[in-house]
Amino acid sequence: MRLQYPPNVRIIEVPCTGKVDIIHLLMAFEHGADGVIVVGCMEGDCHYMAGNLYAKKRVFRVKEILDRVGLGGERVGMYNLSSGMGGRFAEIVREMTGKIMKLGPSPIRIATGTAVRAAGEVAA
Amino acid sequence: MIKAIPKPMEEIINYVQDCTKLLIAGCDGCVTVCEAGGLKEAKVLASALRLYFTQGGKQAQVDETSLTRQCEKEYLAQLSDRIDQYDAVVSLACGVGIQHMAEIYDKKVVYPGVDTCFLGVNEERGLYSERCQACGRCILAETGGVCPIARCSKRMLNGPCGGSEGGKCEVSKDIPCGWELIYERLKTLGQLDRFENPVVPKDWTTSRDGGPRKIVREDLRI
Amino acid sequence: MSAETPSRLQKMINAGHLAVTSEVGPPRSADGVVIEHKANLIKDYVDAINVTDNQTSVCRLCSLAACIRIKQMGLEPVLQMVTRDRNRIAMQSDILGAASFGINNILCLTGDHQHFGDHSSCANVFDLDSTQLAMTVRMMRDEGKLLGGYEFEVRPQMFIGAAANPFAGPNVAIRVARLAKKVAAGVQFVQTQCIYNMDTFKTFMKMMVDRGLHEKVAILAGITPMKNVGMAKYMKNRVPGIDVPDAIVQRMGGVPKEKQAEEGINLAIEQMEELKGVEGVRGFHIMAIEWEEKVPEIVQRIGLYPRPQLAA
Repeated sequence: MRLQYPPNVRIIEVPCTGKVDIIHLLMAFEHGADGVIVVGCMEGDCHYMAGNLYAKKRVFRVKEILDRVGLGGERVGMYNLSSGMGGRFAEIVREMTGKIMKLGPSPIRIATGTAVRAAGEVAA
Repeated sequence: MIKAIPKPMEEIINYVQDCTKLLIAGCDGCVTVCEAGGLKEAKVLASALRLYFTQGGKQAQVDETSLTRQCEKEYLAQLSDRIDQYDAVVSLACGVGIQHMAEIYDKKVVYPGVDTCFLGVNEERGLYSERCQACGRCILAETGGVCPIARCSKRMLNGPCGGSEGGKCEVSKDIPCGWELIYERLKTLGQLDRFENPVVPKDWTTSRDGGPRKIVREDLRI
Repeated sequence: MSAETPSRLQKMINAGHLAVTSEVGPPRSADGVVIEHKANLIKDYVDAINVTDNQTSVCRLCSLAACIRIKQMGLEPVLQMVTRDRNRIAMQSDILGAASFGINNILCLTGDHQHFGDHSSCANVFDLDSTQLAMTVRMMRDEGKLLGGYEFEVRPQMFIGAAANPFAGPNVAIRVARLAKKVAAGVQFVQTQCIYNMDTFKTFMKMMVDRGLHEKVAILAGITPMKNVGMAKYMKNRVPGIDVPDAIVQRMGGVPKEKQAEEGINLAIEQMEELKGVEGVRGFHIMAIEWEEKVPEIVQRIGLYPRPQLAA
């Protein structure tokens, strides 16, 4: 399809978003991600019944934690797509990249000196 | 088992914000079962605190561990060779474990990371409800296996009260009337005759009312 | 109803008259004059005046002090006592104190949970429940003994009452069984929850009579006149343990707003007429909530005024 999406995204594949735990998302931020999105199957279409619904709740919990520790919950998000929606995937990544660009680099990267304010990258 | 819930993040941050070396100590016992204070929760809290310190531009070391049971000193002893390096410990054990940690390491600041709630069952994952208040003198034989002290909002021994309606407690429609449960169970067991005997005032000395409690079992002591 | 006490309420019931009681809710301030005012409104129309004990868990001037005031007006108080706020030491102490002023009626209650009130974050006590409180009063009166075992000479002469709610769960049979338990604990008279569902109440009374319990305990039927359709709906939907049939809500709503109060009184009178014919009903307990001034009218219209005079 040759769909274009920003190059500053790192994709980590998991068998099911139900595998993604709170600690994985937090560690991504500890390792310098400016934003994280979890992309699961459409709700109701999980091969493991409800893995994507569990993921949604965990993402919500991570949002709460990020709000409390000063990073801001808007740096994490959850999307639901089917495997045939490559175009939508590229669009979501562009949207999230744009959003994170506006937010600027994660305070973690600013504090550790790997970024200065006004730069912008996204990891997903 | 003992049921607990994680404390709000801002409360924990408020305790530890001046620390630079911190240990988050989970417990593999009850708090692991209710997913409030096991190794997994210790890791999440430690990561969140590292994010908090780092984004604030502060160099802080936050480590995590989990002990088999913080209510036993043999397991607490596992920390003896490294606890000195930390400014403080956030214990994710129940109130028993937190106090025991503070007792064994009496010069170390120990903060609670969970709110200890009650003795209860796992109805399902993430849904826990109270069953026992540890009054020290069990009357379940008389009440069809349902405890009126833990499960009646007024801990009545001669219930149900006049506020019970449709099987629900007057305090909330989400609380089943304990005495209605007792009644139904006695009916199932064919023991409804028990229901009409007035129960005399309870001796609460074995409960909290007798002061902090202690069990001494000479048959077990070495 | 074995033990005889100096209670005028007990004498009235034993003389075979339909007894009439009503209640006064103390103020949420130190203004004792309010109690006198409310008591004066109803004094010639009732045999005894209940004083509520921090009802619905809202903190008020205490029942004991208000009862003493009523007693000193030459009237007959019923001391309501809930087990929610005081332990057995405090309650027995209050009973002795009440008796020292010649208060001869007590209504033993567990009390609403504090969740409803103005101090929902407080600790509750519930050292005893209502049944155990009745047992305690009986022991103090008949054996001259405190729960702790101490024996004393001058005993509290209390006519022991309790509440009954035929309309609460799980079913009517268990409500009869529970009242039987209270009778076994020493309860001599009962004031029921407000009656609106006549069928359920009659079923309850039939079961009481079938077991002969109506001869062991005097049932005073609880009456609360409705002020308007809003109150009917509130009682139906919001007050635990009160059963207001739809027909009553419809009837109250079926008259213009300015006539609803009158309709509420008419309804109460009709209910009382019907209750007079129910075997085992020994009188009425009129709970006219913040509407004490209507009690005389109700008592007159039902034909229970003037109150019979007892030989001194």
